[in-house]
Amino acid sequence: MKKVKKLIKIDVDKCNGCRACEAICSAFHAEPKYSSSNPDRSRIRVVHDPLRDIFVPVYAGEYTDSECNGKNVYTVDGKTYDECDFCRASCPSRKLFRDPDSNLPLKCDMCEDEPPLKEPKCVEWCINDALIYEEVEEEVEEEEPTRPLEIEVGLEALVKQHGVKVVMDTLSRLGKS
Amino acid sequence: MRYAETGVNLEIDLSRGSIEREGTDPRLTALHLGGLGTNTKMLWDRVPSEVEPFSPENLLIFSAGLLAGTLAPGANRMIVSTFSPQTLLSAYSVMGGFWAPELKHAGYDKVVIRGKSPKLVYLWINNDKVEIRDASHLRGKGALETAEIIRREVKDKEAQVLAIGLAGENKVHYASIEHGRSSASRGGIGGIMGDKGIKAIAVRGTKDINVARPAEFNELCNDILKYIQFRNDNPIKNVPPILAGLGSPQEMKLHDEAWHTSSFAWGNARIRRSDYWTKEIEAKWKVVQDNKVERLISCYNCPMKCGAVVEHEKLGRYLMKCYSKLTYTMAADSDLAFGLNIAGLGQEYGVDGYTTPQVLAFGVELYEAGILTDQDLPGFPATTEERFFYLLEKIVRREGIGDVLANGVYWAARQIGRGAEAYDHNTIKKHEQIPIKLGIMNPIYYLMWATGEKINITQIEGQIPQAPFATKEDKEEFVRDWIQVPNDKFKDFVLNWEPRTLPHYPSIEATCEIVDWQEMMHYIDDSVGTCAGLSSFPIKPPYHIHNFPRIISAATGMDLDEEGLKKIARRNRNLLRCLNIRRGMKKADEKPPEDHWKRRFPELESKLLDEYYKFKGWNNEGVPTKETLHELGLDYVAEEFELKGILKEEERVPETQGVR
Ligand code: SF4
Ligand code: SF4
Ligand code: SF4
Repeated sequence: MKKVKKLIKIDVDKCNGCRACEAICSAFHAEPKYSSSNPDRSRIRVVHDPLRDIFVPVYAGEYTDSECNGKNVYTVDGKTYDECDFCRASCPSRKLFRDPDSNLPLKCDMCEDEPPLKEPKCVEWCINDALIYEEVEEEVEEEEPTRPLEIEVGLEALVKQHGVKVVMDTLSRLGKS
Repeated sequence: MRYAETGVNLEIDLSRGSIEREGTDPRLTALHLGGLGTNTKMLWDRVPSEVEPFSPENLLIFSAGLLAGTLAPGANRMIVSTFSPQTLLSAYSVMGGFWAPELKHAGYDKVVIRGKSPKLVYLWINNDKVEIRDASHLRGKGALETAEIIRREVKDKEAQVLAIGLAGENKVHYASIEHGRSSASRGGIGGIMGDKGIKAIAVRGTKDINVARPAEFNELCNDILKYIQFRNDNPIKNVPPILAGLGSPQEMKLHDEAWHTSSFAWGNARIRRSDYWTKEIEAKWKVVQDNKVERLISCYNCPMKCGAVVEHEKLGRYLMKCYSKLTYTMAADSDLAFGLNIAGLGQEYGVDGYTTPQVLAFGVELYEAGILTDQDLPGFPATTEERFFYLLEKIVRREGIGDVLANGVYWAARQIGRGAEAYDHNTIKKHEQIPIKLGIMNPIYYLMWATGEKINITQIEGQIPQAPFATKEDKEEFVRDWIQVPNDKFKDFVLNWEPRTLPHYPSIEATCEIVDWQEMMHYIDDSVGTCAGLSSFPIKPPYHIHNFPRIISAATGMDLDEEGLKKIARRNRNLLRCLNIRRGMKKADEKPPEDHWKRRFPELESKLLDEYYKFKGWNNEGVPTKETLHELGLDYVAEEFELKGILKEEERVPETQGVR
């Protein structure tokens, strides 16, 4: 069967390091919508090191509870990048993609909204076209499992971190108070 | 809840080593917005006029603009206010980049510094945790190098750092505060930072910046972004490329430098080379620029690309801002490769890219004229380029003649004597001006040069085209979508503008209104923290007097209309002027250099000044009248001025004579 796949193409060479994508993503996900901005809550972060001419927009991907064992470095066009500079994981080795207050992992949800947006907010606000949105039709074998709700991702992370019991106890305590 | 602003200032006394958080009064926001406005109020209230700039009682205020860090595109400005060691008047400089938004996210609007630290320190502001840390290991380090070291030390790559270089530590009168691709350069505020013994401020914040009416604010910000896109796709026609687009400007993107190289003066503001720019030069410079520039870069939340990552033979890389691209090049009568090279060094040392080249050119001229000799300049090299490097090294260390030149052209000329004063031909109020020497007096520019409290034309001017359009059709096309004008009357200025009508066009009345408008927009920007490059500086900008009130209101929740905003801008503008008047600024100081234009019109000029004073509600000495101050809620200023005799008690007609 055919399925529409949402794709954001990132052109690292076009990124000017403005972080507008971070600002708008955080505002779009604020509650109520647009009521605040805070790049630390954004699901896209721009890894930047201007004096090394490194500017890499990275989207928040899966949460992982363990960091990589070894680390590689990449040299591209004479510039040395850390492997983490391209990595989407919300992982214990860095602060990226964690909500600064709750420490819960953040993940890009492609700006799912009702009604659906024409394109994701970060793409819309990147008028230098470092981020380009595309929908491509793909042949898929079968229906992919539906993605867990955001709260599930968060709870899962907490469970991994503290164990089921602690989380359950805390939840029931919070429920009573 | 406070919206757009945090409502908290950090008060730091370096003499005592104390750090306090102080809640701010929302009524001050209603009266002055933030940034330059509230900074000025603070200086008025807390620094008496007899306090010397290099004194523990002088304040150094770092303030995020009111909208900085919100979704408003290009709202990223930090405004630094203090008193200048060079002009002895108030000084403020505006810095882009990422520092102001980060400060807001850490939970503060301003960092207010008083006192002096006995040893060199830096500040580390990490959300609620604020520390004064030893910086003795950073002494003598370059500004960008310092930022790198601090980021490693605090183990946070995302910490935003501003720092001074060697020049600031040595209190050079035009030392800058550097922050990556941005800086607060003017008025010697880097020297004040050095005098206070503070090498750098690092900040990291992870808190929200809230706005009052989210949906409306978001929509207004979207409109701004769309208009920027529209302007990028539709540059203004029939003006030089440098004036056609937005930005502060996007100097590093452009190759065509015909306008700068032919209208600005070379050397020590000496010669105009109207035939300099040729196809060959353009081709040569293009190769240099394309080789050196690795990437065009922006400030926080802005799509324009005014800065650049530039390769540097000694430093590896540095981050160029728009302005210093050509200043060294032209002052040294050299070329772009030289300019990009020395600008990088100037940034590490932390000197103003605007004043410094002029001081260097002045030094070279004095040597050529025999006023400075080999005794003053032992081992002075043969080429101008090498001489520039030589003098720069001396100045930032205040070594030998460098100790004198470090005070800027005005003071150095008087210290050197022997006729050196004659070579100080490009300062106003003791401050180096943009090197422009033109043919015939221009009334708009005359007033801006004479009366601007910034003492710096680029942060006063903007909005209007620099020359008349050739045909009626061009004029009509230009005004058709000129929505930024306060009212349609301003369109007449462009429609009726014919070549060679200076200095009698526009009329005195229209001149006053145009100058007032241009200035007002800068006062709004510098209070709310929007970049001038998207607002007061270019032609047809996205921010203007008609959309600002709604944007500010939706962000802050303030009740604000156009009249209200104009009044606040006027209040800030008048208070700043009074701050300078209280420190002794006089009408006699309000004049452009003698040779600024070849043809001068003394009568017209003096009439312009008088009429402008009247238009502004100032008396014949340029002092805001009691009525003006009262109308703006500045009665406390009038009272102090009357006490000090700056304003005379109104002479009342004795009642007995009032018989009719
Ligand atoms: S908005 Fe675009 S140009 Fe700006 S930082 Fe994000 S990806 Fe880069
Ligand atoms: S697609 Fe949406 S959720 Fe994902 S990073 Fe962009 S703005 Fe954020
Ligand atoms: S217009 Fe230029 S200087 Fe202004 S905020 Fe944007 S990038 Fe920075």
